[in-house]
Amino acid sequence: MADLLVELFSEEIPARMQEQAARDLERLVVGALSDRGLLFEGATTFAGPRRLTLALIGLPMRQPDVSEEKKGPRVTASAKAIDGFLRSAGVSLAQCEKRDDGKGEFYVAIVERKGRATADVLAEVLPDCFAKLPWPKSMRWPQAGNAPVRWVRPLHAIVCTFDGEVVPLTFAGIASGKRTRGHRFLAKGEIEVRRFADYVKKLRDAHVVLDGAERKEIILHDVKNKAFALGLELIEDQGLLEEVAGLAEWPVALLGTIEPQFMDLPSEILQTAMRRHQKYFSLRDTKTGKFANRFALVANMVTADGGAQIVSGNERVLRARLADAKFFWDQDRKRSLASRVDDLKNVVFHAKLGTQYERVLRIEQLAGEIAEKIGADVERARRAARLCKADLTTGIVGEFPELQGVMGGYYAEHDGEDDDVAIAVVEHYGPLGRDLTSENSVTNAVALADKWDLISKFFKIGEKPTGSGDPFAIRRAALGVIKIVLDRKYRLRLSQLPDYSDEILSFLADRLKVALREGGVRHDLIDAVFALSHDDDLVRLVARVEALQAFLKSEDGANLLAGYKRAANIVRIEEKKDGRSYDGEPDPELLSAAEEKALFMDLAVGRGLIAAELERERFAEAMRAMARLRGPVDTFFDKVTVNITDTALRANRLRLLSHLRQTLHTVADFSKVEG
Amino acid sequence: MARTAEKKSTFQDLILTLQNFWAAKGCLILQPYDDQMGAGTFHPATTLRALGPRPWRAAYVQPSRRPKDGRYGENPNRLQHYYQFQVIMKPAPADIQDLYLESVRAIGLDPALHDIRFVEDDWESPTLGAWGLGWEVWCDGMEISQFTYFQQVGGIDCDPVSAEITYGLERLAMYVQNVEFVYDLAFNEDFRYGEVFHQAEQEFSAYNFEMADTEILFQHFKDAEKQCRDLVSGNKKLALPAYDQCIKASHAFNLLDARGVISVTERAAYIARVRALAKACCEAWLATPMGDYKPRYG
Repeated sequence: MADLLVELFSEEIPARMQEQAARDLERLVVGALSDRGLLFEGATTFAGPRRLTLALIGLPMRQPDVSEEKKGPRVTASAKAIDGFLRSAGVSLAQCEKRDDGKGEFYVAIVERKGRATADVLAEVLPDCFAKLPWPKSMRWPQAGNAPVRWVRPLHAIVCTFDGEVVPLTFAGIASGKRTRGHRFLAKGEIEVRRFADYVKKLRDAHVVLDGAERKEIILHDVKNKAFALGLELIEDQGLLEEVAGLAEWPVALLGTIEPQFMDLPSEILQTAMRRHQKYFSLRDTKTGKFANRFALVANMVTADGGAQIVSGNERVLRARLADAKFFWDQDRKRSLASRVDDLKNVVFHAKLGTQYERVLRIEQLAGEIAEKIGADVERARRAARLCKADLTTGIVGEFPELQGVMGGYYAEHDGEDDDVAIAVVEHYGPLGRDLTSENSVTNAVALADKWDLISKFFKIGEKPTGSGDPFAIRRAALGVIKIVLDRKYRLRLSQLPDYSDEILSFLADRLKVALREGGVRHDLIDAVFALSHDDDLVRLVARVEALQAFLKSEDGANLLAGYKRAANIVRIEEKKDGRSYDGEPDPELLSAAEEKALFMDLAVGRGLIAAELERERFAEAMRAMARLRGPVDTFFDKVTVNITDTALRANRLRLLSHLRQTLHTVADFSKVEG
Repeated sequence: MARTAEKKSTFQDLILTLQNFWAAKGCLILQPYDDQMGAGTFHPATTLRALGPRPWRAAYVQPSRRPKDGRYGENPNRLQHYYQFQVIMKPAPADIQDLYLESVRAIGLDPALHDIRFVEDDWESPTLGAWGLGWEVWCDGMEISQFTYFQQVGGIDCDPVSAEITYGLERLAMYVQNVEFVYDLAFNEDFRYGEVFHQAEQEFSAYNFEMADTEILFQHFKDAEKQCRDLVSGNKKLALPAYDQCIKASHAFNLLDARGVISVTERAAYIARVRALAKACCEAWLATPMGDYKPRYG
């Protein structure tokens, strides 16, 4: 048993690609080795700005020997056939056994293959694994021997040792060895490594923390400690943490100061400017929760002055950034948000759908209509809708597009707009991700109008989301509509909205399955209910699905479903056999057995009851009414034979079963129910 | 706001240092191209010379015109005319990152005292049909250079691959001189940057945003486009004069854009027209003796 160490040392690998690359490297190497019978005890990978590392522990020194049997022709076969077999198996007749399968003797060739040395296998498969790494973007560069390899950035060295010895291989014109480098500025010269343990230690001595998870811990720990000393705490930002951990081999957290003149900027602007352009963490006062005038940066350097120049340099850059932001913020507030609506005439929304201005007019109209239906203040909803996109023309949103909505809210407030209006301008892009839906009905009217306009207009021009692409985020909008309507129990008839189509409703029903999956709602039941009702009221649709799901969980439900399937099967098979349909009312005169008479009566009563309960949207009660059919159905199948010789009686019994099916279909299409 | 520069390194010292540095590394020291352009990349010494198999090493200052970035001389660091120092090396030397860091030391930034990082930033020029992978180089959180391995220019694969380094000279000088307002930069010991360029920024901002005659500019664009096409059509392979016309068309477009007379949809169409010209020029260039090209990548 021995260990493998691989390090690919390159120019700076983009932070966002590092972790995936490490996973891919492991997957490719593990796959290639196990394909060749080489198993091992453990694998670990690491990624950082300048290196990808893979360590495999406990690989055998050689591949196992394998012995394969190949079945040949019968001993009585022609000499030509036997020769051909020997040639193809690469054995002589002496290396074959004769076996008898009861029908006569035949040859079996025993082919022995010696396992190769693991180091040889590694030398052969690793370059291919390196080449196959699926980088999101890769490049060419001048390589020794004109090797036409594409990789993420130019590669400079490859460490590859097995059992402490170099595995000789070449990739991208670079021969493997046991030399690598430490930190770009904090280490001098090359280091020589043989095994993983001394590799990790020597790298640390050369100011490289190999493990990204450890770099993250160091950053968090340092930032929190330094902030704590000032009575501050970190505003957590996992995405930023991942990124900065991928930008430093030797992370050093330092705190800088935001100048007082910028502290009256909205905290969202400060945070976004610092995060987006400078990759700084924001801090807040532990006690008051107030946004702090300090920020944390993560350097990749230890300097003699304790980072003083680094901090002052970063503060200067931030000053320039914030001066820009402050300029925009001041400029933006010189004009009212309302006065900017007209400017949207110059902003194209989509070539086929006109300008943002036209879109705003549509949203304004629709928000008013929806507000009326959901009991929101109509005038406020219309006002908010009119203003909701106006911040797109402001300087701050031009600079930081992710602050759309948020800035609109600030400017609306500054203009003295109604509170609900300002809130709706901020929140109408929601709910995003796992956010809860807003409790503000004005927000929801505008949010629904905004999303419905997006969905319906893009459907109208045939720009529907496809399996591979959804460039206009129509799925997200659909999910937003579903979440708002269901969370707030808005009874909205979607078919009454402009540009409604059945296609949109089906699309929403499909998204509904995704949206409700986490809550454990069965997708087949959504199909079953939607298939028959095509209900455009999502609240009612879901209530019905939930009642059905509860019913099917009960013993009555499970049995009735079994009875339904049996009835439906019989009718389907016989209809096919007879080439006719058994739809239609059964003839009471032709009912003979007591059990079929009983079922007929119960169906008549049940059908009326179910219809009445459905009408009043008492779905649990409708299910209960349906449950009462379970007994009669079970008894019917116990006692009554459907396929009898009397054709008139048989046809009537088939009609009865068909009738049962139809009755149950007033609740849901049970044929779509699985299990 | 203004602070006197405590360092002796002036703006022109910075240029001279970079020129001497890259001259010593075997680069031709060229002069700015005599056409108005948005970036040093547009200089034919980069755009055209990045194509074809012949080795090439050049460095030069290029005045860069960004009409939209005009701020009437009031913004501390935005200019509609500024200087880029451009280095192009083909094929890209294996130690190009180290060479670059040496140049950073040469201009007075000691990596031992600062935090220098290579942060992913892939470069793309839709008007040139060009792209490459690389980084922006950060010094203490400030972008001091753009570093790119050219992959395609004019839609054509670069083979061998060049390395392009672009230094934003004003920004770099502001950092080295510890100056907050670009016009306070010491150009040499006696003159401030503002004395040289402040009036120009005011006048050209007014021209770019208010005065430039859009009728004339639209006509310039059309004329340049036509002349460019003529020079590379049929068997005519006048790649260099044609490329001049492509540069002129691009600048006319930038001015029209600054005047706000090009809508979002038209914008994409104009960019595509310039790109088509650049592509035609690049293709023509490859058929000339200095561009002689034998494709290796399908």
